Amino acid sequence: MNRSTGWRLAAASLAAVVLASAGTACSSSTGTSAADGGSASAGGTYTVWDPYPQFDVGSAWAKLLDTCGSQAGVQIKRTAFDTSDLTTKALLAAQQGNSPDVLIVDNPVVSTLAEAGVLTSARESKVDTSAVSPNLLAAGQGGGETFGTPIGANTLALYYNKAVLNAAGVDVASIKDWASLTAALTKVKAAGKKGITFSGIGTEEGSFQFLPWFWGSGAQLTHLDSAQAASALSLWTDWVKQGLAPNSVINNTQTTSWQEFATGEFAFAENGTWQLANAKKAGFEYGVIPVPGMTGGTAPAPTGGEFVTVPVQKKTARYSVSDKLVSCLTSADNSYATDATLSYIAPTPTVQDKQAAADPDLKAWVDAVKAAKGRTSDDLGTKYPKISEQLWTSVQAALTGSKSPQAALSAAQSAAAH
Amino acid sequence: MNDTAQIPEDRSVRDGDGAATVVPSRGRAGAEPTRSRPRSQQWAAWGFLTPVVIYLGVFYAYPLYRNIDLSLRNYTVRSFVDGNATFTGPANYRAVLDDPTFMPALTHTVVFTAASLLLQYGIGLALAVFFTQHFRLAATLRALFLVPWLLPLIVSASTWSWMLNSDSGVVNAVLRAVGIGPVNWLTSPSWSLASVVIANIWIGIPFNLVVLYSGLQSIPASLYEAAALDGANAWQRFRHVTFPLLRPVSAITLLLGLVYTLKVFDIIWIMTRGGPVNSSTTLATWSYRLGFGNALPAFGHGAAVGNLLVLIALVFGMVYIRVQRKQQAS
Repeated sequence: MNRSTGWRLAAASLAAVVLASAGTACSSSTGTSAADGGSASAGGTYTVWDPYPQFDVGSAWAKLLDTCGSQAGVQIKRTAFDTSDLTTKALLAAQQGNSPDVLIVDNPVVSTLAEAGVLTSARESKVDTSAVSPNLLAAGQGGGETFGTPIGANTLALYYNKAVLNAAGVDVASIKDWASLTAALTKVKAAGKKGITFSGIGTEEGSFQFLPWFWGSGAQLTHLDSAQAASALSLWTDWVKQGLAPNSVINNTQTTSWQEFATGEFAFAENGTWQLANAKKAGFEYGVIPVPGMTGGTAPAPTGGEFVTVPVQKKTARYSVSDKLVSCLTSADNSYATDATLSYIAPTPTVQDKQAAADPDLKAWVDAVKAAKGRTSDDLGTKYPKISEQLWTSVQAALTGSKSPQAALSAAQSAAAH
Repeated sequence: MNDTAQIPEDRSVRDGDGAATVVPSRGRAGAEPTRSRPRSQQWAAWGFLTPVVIYLGVFYAYPLYRNIDLSLRNYTVRSFVDGNATFTGPANYRAVLDDPTFMPALTHTVVFTAASLLLQYGIGLALAVFFTQHFRLAATLRALFLVPWLLPLIVSASTWSWMLNSDSGVVNAVLRAVGIGPVNWLTSPSWSLASVVIANIWIGIPFNLVVLYSGLQSIPASLYEAAALDGANAWQRFRHVTFPLLRPVSAITLLLGLVYTLKVFDIIWIMTRGGPVNSSTTLATWSYRLGFGNALPAFGHGAAVGNLLVLIALVFGMVYIRVQRKQQAS
């Protein structure tokens, strides 16, 4: 009995260690298995990783990849990842030396991967970026180099519910700046409806949603504690305090925020291009206006959307085919078709105009994308993630009332500069 | 493993299985006298053992080693890819311990774990005792209580966050109906931790119920009859018969519950992301946030926090062994 008991106790304590470490250790070491099928595969097979798991084998996107592959004379092996997994997967694959040939990745991640030395510069891979709008390309630029090219862009604007605004007697054309927007929200509330919903959650999504207001006040990401920044955060905080925005915005993702808007109770929702298809299904008349700047004009909203990049390979001879694939995927015709499936705005002015001409609904979005700004632009690069984390923390602190907007932003600035 | 290798080989194979399934439940009769065996059988024993050793090595020992290694080096994204991170010794641990998030995260972990364990165990035990009274539909009802355990965590956590929504949640709707003002369950720094604890208790009750219920089954009915004959009332029977005889089962339930609760991540992450402003951040969610929460991962710091968690679990494992030994000795 004694011996077996000792063994059993040892097993129990081992189990304790193992269970507790499973959550953390695995996350840093698994993933290598998912990174198989890398570029080492023989002959003419090229691997493509994308963050579009919603598209299966029969989708237009998968077919486009195959077409581009056969045009370049190679076979395509495609793997789709959840976008939040892709950064880690790409880093691990690079560590194991089996990066994909073409990697399609969310634009703020490009600078991180470039910093890690995972991506080739456009100079090396010969990818042509001359037609792309400079404000979109900037998200993938750093240190004088360009890493990849955008496949499409999306950004944020304000959706509004026409019926709610009409009932409250608000003319949407009167909304030019923050003061007129707040006045409209107050009218809507007085009419018994809800004002505006957005996402202030404590993740990158929260920063993404706050940035149009932050930049619209004239604030800079390098100075989180400026008076302009405080006025932007005060705007949000006051809305929540006065009940013009619901308390749930503190925990809203962009999806849950959209669900609130879809109830038909809200006058406004700050949301992205990708909700257009859902907006058409919402069952009420809607419109879109750009986020106004503090004293008028259109506030620069952050750009979303992915970059097509060419990761570093041991066999540099592969770059010429990869370049063909990238050019094919981002060519004018294909980009028009792809961006329609993704509900994105094209990255080149020519295709943008074509989109706006074909679908007048997209006009507001094309304008918003033209005014938009990359989060990692202005040579912020890998400084952005740290700044952003402090920014969303300060938003949460102010919205919950645990700190005043100015105090929250001052704390954020000192932590980000630290 | 050494211990296992010495005992007869037909057993060592089963022991190997036992290691994988964590808790060997079958009682093992007294040790047979060890006879000397032919060499070939020794080799056969090792042969049977190899798969388990490889399995443990590849899936447990190596990741653990990598995690420790990760926590002792200064990893940037570039050195992560190049694999030439400089060895910095305890620098990551020092940075993590000095971080203003550390103390709140530790406190929240302790509160979260203690409150969850206490209530899961208490409610689980009450339900287990309740279900030993064989009434009609008892089996059906008991099966229904297992639902939280069967649901994928993402489903239950999303459902909870939907129910606890400040404006449109059903919980606040009920509170409003009885005249209590809305509670900002997930969006108020003073409530968010309580909310995730409530959800976690709900999820943990079935486990406690099942294990404690099966523990109760093994208490002979004759003891209760004897106690009843001696004039013990229901409470006394519970206090002096059920509870002491359930002690070994309780101990393992609490230990497993502890290890499980310490590392709870999904529920908290889905419901609050550890927020607002760290108000529901535990060591587990903090570790994740450091490693994967933004576009510039701090793998070294994340690994350090993860290892601290492992260490805490290990300490409690040791305490459990100590207590067990003492009980056996007495």
